[in-house]
Amino acid sequence: MAKISLTVNGKKVSAEVEGRTLLVQVLREKLGMTGTHVGCDTSQCGACVVHVDGKSVKSCTMLAAQADGTSVTTIEGLANGNELHPMQAAFKEHHGLQCGFCTPGMVMSAIELAKRNSNPSEHDVREWLEGNICRCTGYHNIVKAVQAGAQAMAAAK
Amino acid sequence: MLETFKTVGKPIAHDSAAKQVAGEALYIDDIRAPEGTLHAYCVLSRKAHARIVSIDLAAARAYPGVGAAISAADIPGKNEVGPIYKGEPFLAQGIVEYIGQPVVAIAASSIKIARAAAKLVRIVYEDLPPVLTIEEALAKEFYLAKPYQMKIGDAAAALAAAPHRLKGTFANGAQDHFYLEGQIALAVPQEGGEMAIWSSTQHPTEVQKMVAGALDLPANAVTCELRRMGGGFGGKETQPAIIACIAAVLAYTAKRPVKYRVDRDDDFMMTGKRHDFLVRYEVGYDDDGRLLALDISFAARGGHVADLTTSIVDRALFHTTNCYFVPHVTATGYACKTHTQSNTAFRGFGGPQGMLAAEHVVDRVARRLGKDPLALRQLNFFGQAPRDVTHYGQRVEDFVADKIVAELAADVGYAERRRAIDAFNASSPVLKKGLALTPVMFGVSFTAIQFNQAGALVHVYTDGSIALNHAGTEMGQGLHTKICQIVADEFAVPLETVRIAATNTGKVPNTSATAASAGSDLNGKAAQAAARTIKARIAQYLAGAAGLPESEVLFAGGQVQVGATSLPFKDAVQKAYNARIQLSATGFYRTPKIHFDRATAKGRPYYYFAYGAAYVEATIDTLTGEYAFDRAELLHDAGRSLNPAIDLGQVEGGFVQGMGWLTTEEIWFDASGRLRTHAPSTYKIPIARDLPRQFRARLWAAGENREESIHRSKAVGEPPLMLGNAAFFALQDAVAAAVPGREALLVAPATPERVLMTIAAAAP
Repeated sequence: MAKISLTVNGKKVSAEVEGRTLLVQVLREKLGMTGTHVGCDTSQCGACVVHVDGKSVKSCTMLAAQADGTSVTTIEGLANGNELHPMQAAFKEHHGLQCGFCTPGMVMSAIELAKRNSNPSEHDVREWLEGNICRCTGYHNIVKAVQAGAQAMAAAK
Repeated sequence: MLETFKTVGKPIAHDSAAKQVAGEALYIDDIRAPEGTLHAYCVLSRKAHARIVSIDLAAARAYPGVGAAISAADIPGKNEVGPIYKGEPFLAQGIVEYIGQPVVAIAASSIKIARAAAKLVRIVYEDLPPVLTIEEALAKEFYLAKPYQMKIGDAAAALAAAPHRLKGTFANGAQDHFYLEGQIALAVPQEGGEMAIWSSTQHPTEVQKMVAGALDLPANAVTCELRRMGGGFGGKETQPAIIACIAAVLAYTAKRPVKYRVDRDDDFMMTGKRHDFLVRYEVGYDDDGRLLALDISFAARGGHVADLTTSIVDRALFHTTNCYFVPHVTATGYACKTHTQSNTAFRGFGGPQGMLAAEHVVDRVARRLGKDPLALRQLNFFGQAPRDVTHYGQRVEDFVADKIVAELAADVGYAERRRAIDAFNASSPVLKKGLALTPVMFGVSFTAIQFNQAGALVHVYTDGSIALNHAGTEMGQGLHTKICQIVADEFAVPLETVRIAATNTGKVPNTSATAASAGSDLNGKAAQAAARTIKARIAQYLAGAAGLPESEVLFAGGQVQVGATSLPFKDAVQKAYNARIQLSATGFYRTPKIHFDRATAKGRPYYYFAYGAAYVEATIDTLTGEYAFDRAELLHDAGRSLNPAIDLGQVEGGFVQGMGWLTTEEIWFDASGRLRTHAPSTYKIPIARDLPRQFRARLWAAGENREESIHRSKAVGEPPLMLGNAAFFALQDAVAAAVPGREALLVAPATPERVLMTIAAAAP
C-alpha cells in the first residue's frame, strides 16, 4: 500500500492504494464520485475519461499511483454551482445522449478537443471520438453537441 | 392569454439529461451500497457440453474474506429463470451446456478476493459431445421446441406454376447488445427474510418472480427497483434474472448485501445475443418480378435453452415478406438448440432477421431480371384488396410504405443517383459504388397477447406537485420523458410539476417487459387513465360545490376553471383534499383489437404497423474489401410524434445499430464452441467515424396513427433498426457492380473480409 495525494476537482485528497489500484477505483470507490463510469473494463469504451493535468485520460487505464501529485477533473467538477459547463449544456440541448452512461466520458473527451480546436468540423469530431463508444444515439447528436459546445466554450472565453 | 404548458409533440430534452451531463444520474453501480456489501464473481464453464461429476467448494469457502460460495445444490428454492419454458437454470445443474455458463458463484469482501477464491474451486467434468452450429442442429433435429409454420395459399402449387423460380440460402450473424452499462444487480436482505433487489432490467416483474422462486418466497416478499439502465436493447429483458438470482442467493446465504457487477468479458461469455439465422427459400415470380409464391424456412441458433427463442422465430416468420404482398407463402421456423449462450431478445426480436431475408429475396429477383431493386420493391408493395392480406391473415389497413418510399426516392433523386453511380463504376476499376433504398414495415404489439397491458400510479400532493409511477423502464429511449409529458398535459401543468419515480414492483405490479416497442403506447395510456381519474374526481367536487355541471370545469394553463372563475391548480388540489377527495389513482390499459391463434397461425396480432425507409450509398475497395458509407438518408414514420427530438434519436441510433449488425459486428466462435469475440477489442460496434459521411434523418411529416394510440403516435423503439438494411444492400449493390454479369450474394454481416471473399468467389 502506498499513500497518494492529488487534487480532484480543486480539492486536495489523499488515499491509501495498492500498486494495482486504478485511478477510476479511487474516484468511484474511495471518493464516492460515481459520475465517472466503467463500461468495458478494458480501456476501450471511454466511459471513464477524466482530465489529468488538463489532458483527457481513460481512468481505468491509469494506475492511481501514476496520478500522485496530479490535478484531476471529473464530470462532477465541470459545473459552476448550478450552471452547467458549456459542453455539458450543449449535450443536453442538442440531445447528445440517451441512456447517458457514456455521456461523462464523452463530455470530458470533447472538452479536450474543444481546447485544441475551438471550431471543429463534423469530420474533426468524428475522428476525435474514436475512443468513445456510444451504443444508443448513433453519434449524430453527440457530434452536433460537441461542435456547439466547442463554439460556446470559445465564446465564453 | 394563458400559457398552455403543452409539451406533447415538442422536442423536450430527456428528463434525466441535466443529471446525466453532470454525472449525477445514478445507475445501479452508483447507488451507495450498504456497509458490508459483498461482491460477487462467478466460475464459468470452460466446456461446451459436459456432465458435472463433482464440485469442491471447500477451499473457496475457507478463503479469508469469502462470505458465500454456492453451486446449484445450495439454492433454497427453484433454479429457474425460464420466461416461457421451464428447466432454464441460473446456475448449472448437473450438466454444463455452453462455455461461459455460471457454475459456481462466490461473494467476498472485494472482487479481488472473490476472483482469488474462484481459482480454488475444483470442478470435475465428463465431456459430452456438443452441438455447435445451426446446420448440425438441423441435421440432428435438435430443437428447443417443435417447428412452427405459417401458411397462406398453396406455395408448393404456386411455385410449380410460376414462370420463374429461384432457390437459395441466406444467413445473418448474431449481435451482442453491448449496452454500455453491463449486467448488474444488488441484493439487500430485509427483515423477515424479504429481499430487495436493484437490477438493471427491462423486466422488474420477472426479476421479482424469479428471485422469489429462487429463495422459495412469495412474490410479495421480493421487490425489484431501478431508476434507469445504461442501455438495454432487449439484452436486459430476460438475462437480468440470471444475475439477480445469483446475487440474491449469495445474499441469502451470506446474510449480507451482495452486488454482482458482471465484468464486460464475462457479460459477453454468459449472456445471449441476437439470434443468427440460416434461411432457406424458394421464390416464384413472373416476368415483371411480381412475387407469386414463397417457401421459406428460418433456423435460429437458440443456444442451450429456449429463453424467448420461439417467440423470436415467430416474429421472423411474421416479417418474412416485409412490405410485400405474396399470395402464397409457407414460412417455417426452427428453434435450434446449440451448446452456446442462450440467444435472446434484441431490438426487433426476430423481425430484422425476417425482413432482411425478404429484402435479400427481392433484391436477388431484381438482379436476375436485370431490374432496379427499388422498382421491384415498389411493384410488390401491399396495396388494395386482395393485395392487402398478410400470410398470417391480418389485413394491412394503414399501409404508407409506398408514400414514404416515393417521398424519399424523390428527395434523394434516386434515378439520377443511380445514373451517376453507374457512370462512376464504368470508369473506376478498383473502387465501386452502390446504393439501396429499402423500406421497413414492423408490426407493433407483443404477439403473446397477454403482455399487451400496463398499469400506472399517479399521486397529486397538496402542494400541487405530481408523482408518477408506471410499469415501464427507462433504458435511454426517453420513455419516462414521454410519460411525464402525457401526464403534465392531462393536468395542464408545467412539465416540471411531474416527477417520475423509479420503476418498482411494489408500486405497479405484474408488469410486462419494456419491450416490443410498446413502452409509450401501453404506459402512456395507463398513466393518462390514472390522471383522468383524478381530474374527474376534482372536477366532480368543484362542479358540485359551485352548483355547475362537470362540463364547466376545465384544466388549462396551470389553472382549474370552474364556470367563470379560475383558481391555480394547487389551490384546486388543496380544496379537493380538504373535501376529502382521493388524489391518488391507478390507471390501466390493454391494447384493443388484437388477437392471434397460434394453432392456426392466423389473427390480427398487431395493433398497427410502423413504417420507414432508408437510402444509403456505399463505396467499396475491391482489392481489400474495405468500404465506407458515403451517404444515408432516413425517413421514418413515428405517427404524430410525442417528442420529435427523442424519436429522431431513436431513428438515428437504430439505423447505426442496424448498420453495425450487418457490417462490422461479428460474433465468432472457435471449433470448441468458445466465443472469441468477447470484448470491444475483437467485437466492433460502430464508432463515430463509421457514420455515413453525409447523414440525415427525418420524421415523416405526414405521419399519423390510424388507430387510437396515445395521441396518435407510433412506437419507435425497434423499427428504425431495420433502416440499417439499406447499408447492407448498398454494399450488395457495389459488390454486384464489381463482378458484372455474375451473381455475388453477400450474407450478413458484410465485414470487409466477407465483401472481399464474395467478390473473389464470383470473379471470373
